[in-house]
Amino acid sequence: MTGAARARLYAILGLGYAFLYLPIAVLVVFSFNASPLLTEWSGFSLRWYVALLDNRRLVSAAALSIAIAAASASVATVLGAAAGLALARLRRFRGRGALGGALAALLVMPEILTGVTLLLLFVAAERVAGWPAERGALTVAIAHATFAMAYVATLVQARLADQDPALEEAAADLGARPADILRSVTLPLLAPALAAGWLLAFTLSIDDLVVASFVSGPGATTLPMLVFASVRLGLSPQVNALATLWILAVALALLVAVRLGGRRHD
Amino acid sequence: MSPLWPPGLRFLLIGLPLAWLAVFFALPFAMALAISFGAPSDGAPPFSLDAPGLAAWRLLVEDPIYADALLSSLGMAGMATAIAAVIGYPMAYAIARAPARWRGLLLVLVMLPFWTSFLVRIYAWTALLRPTGLINGALQALGLIEAPLQLMDNAFAVQLGLVYVYLPFMVLPLYASLEKLDPSLEEAAADLGARPAAIFATVTLPATLPGLAAGALLMFIPASAEFIVPEMLGGPDANLLGRAIWNEFFANRDWPAAAALAIAIVVLLAGPILLFQRLEARR
Repeated sequence: MTGAARARLYAILGLGYAFLYLPIAVLVVFSFNASPLLTEWSGFSLRWYVALLDNRRLVSAAALSIAIAAASASVATVLGAAAGLALARLRRFRGRGALGGALAALLVMPEILTGVTLLLLFVAAERVAGWPAERGALTVAIAHATFAMAYVATLVQARLADQDPALEEAAADLGARPADILRSVTLPLLAPALAAGWLLAFTLSIDDLVVASFVSGPGATTLPMLVFASVRLGLSPQVNALATLWILAVALALLVAVRLGGRRHD
Repeated sequence: MSPLWPPGLRFLLIGLPLAWLAVFFALPFAMALAISFGAPSDGAPPFSLDAPGLAAWRLLVEDPIYADALLSSLGMAGMATAIAAVIGYPMAYAIARAPARWRGLLLVLVMLPFWTSFLVRIYAWTALLRPTGLINGALQALGLIEAPLQLMDNAFAVQLGLVYVYLPFMVLPLYASLEKLDPSLEEAAADLGARPAAIFATVTLPATLPGLAAGALLMFIPASAEFIVPEMLGGPDANLLGRAIWNEFFANRDWPAAAALAIAIVVLLAGPILLFQRLEARR
């Protein structure tokens, strides 16, 4: 590659990053603007952050979303780890095509289809079996665990593809019991992928608007549902402040995940 | 020697996720198919299956609004995917050919927005594009325009939003396949006198076609029934599939029509989804 070609390539890369980060940077900067307007800067202020903490509905929606995200991420991690292990380590089994196919379909399925069909299931199940008695945190967590497990399974499969199965085979040759192999060889190998998968599942859940709008009930308004209701009416400086905190938290979580995921050969 | 994966453990590893997916992924679509043959009613839930019929399906075929939504959605998603490929390919290439110690950081910078709220990122664009937004404010302050430009509530803004949110989905698989491509192949072609365009067309592009296909499908399929982007940036007249389902459901309360629409979209997307599954299985 010539120097000029390389320079052009890096220029495009720089523009790409500018495109990705410009809108986010604007939100962060204007979250500290004393004026609610975007067209003028009237001085540094933390008033929108203060207003955020005073907003009772917002704080309780955030608490609900965090609880749903933690629960659904944990379920998704167990299910995704099992699926990833099965696909990467068990060579032939009945249902392999169905399992791999369903997970790949879930990765790309438009959220609105997952949301509407799951709601129809919950409504029909309530009518036929009396369960779930009402829609809310539980049904949202089930829905989130379902789509997030596909992401966890992908991460687990990728991690196992990098690891030599000989480690597990050697432990078996030395007489270790399957449960011990799983606990002392396979799971430690998987730990970084499981941690990264849990974090990804958590962020996917806490960010989901579309699926939650369908499967939630009257008593359970998640954070994205509340944010959507307020930004639909126009600009909301409190949302700028919330977004800034959100981005900060995600950046920190991602740093942790990269640290964990990056330790490949230790 | 004990078997590495005894039957009990195998059963658990396969059965647990498969059972969950059967109940919470396959069954819901079967339920939607059944309800698409029902009729809306005033009860709770607002549909009835007492006299199954094709009313919802007939509505989908007869009212041109749905065919219109389908065509615009596929067109928008296809165009946005093509634009994202044109932007994403050189980005992925630059990252793959950057010094090894920088690649991790450059990739994280691509992924970070994907981990950040989808809703918030689209909301950020409304702050830039609206008539009283930052771009119009800046252009007016500079005296370049007198009246604000209509930058949102149109097809341009929807396309921009789709490219913006799905760009990381394009870059990551492209990077993965570019990273595997040995640069010495391109160097050999150059040493033999091939021009850069010829090298790209005969060496680089064919070798990275699976990555390009994976990125394109990873973006096109969800983008074709996206809800948030047209809702926030498309204006009241944007008639797209994701919005059509939402409106049938929440505004018209016609659940059989929403169910029929959902099934129709899955059937239409079955080809791209199957292709994506095959690419994933080969990986």
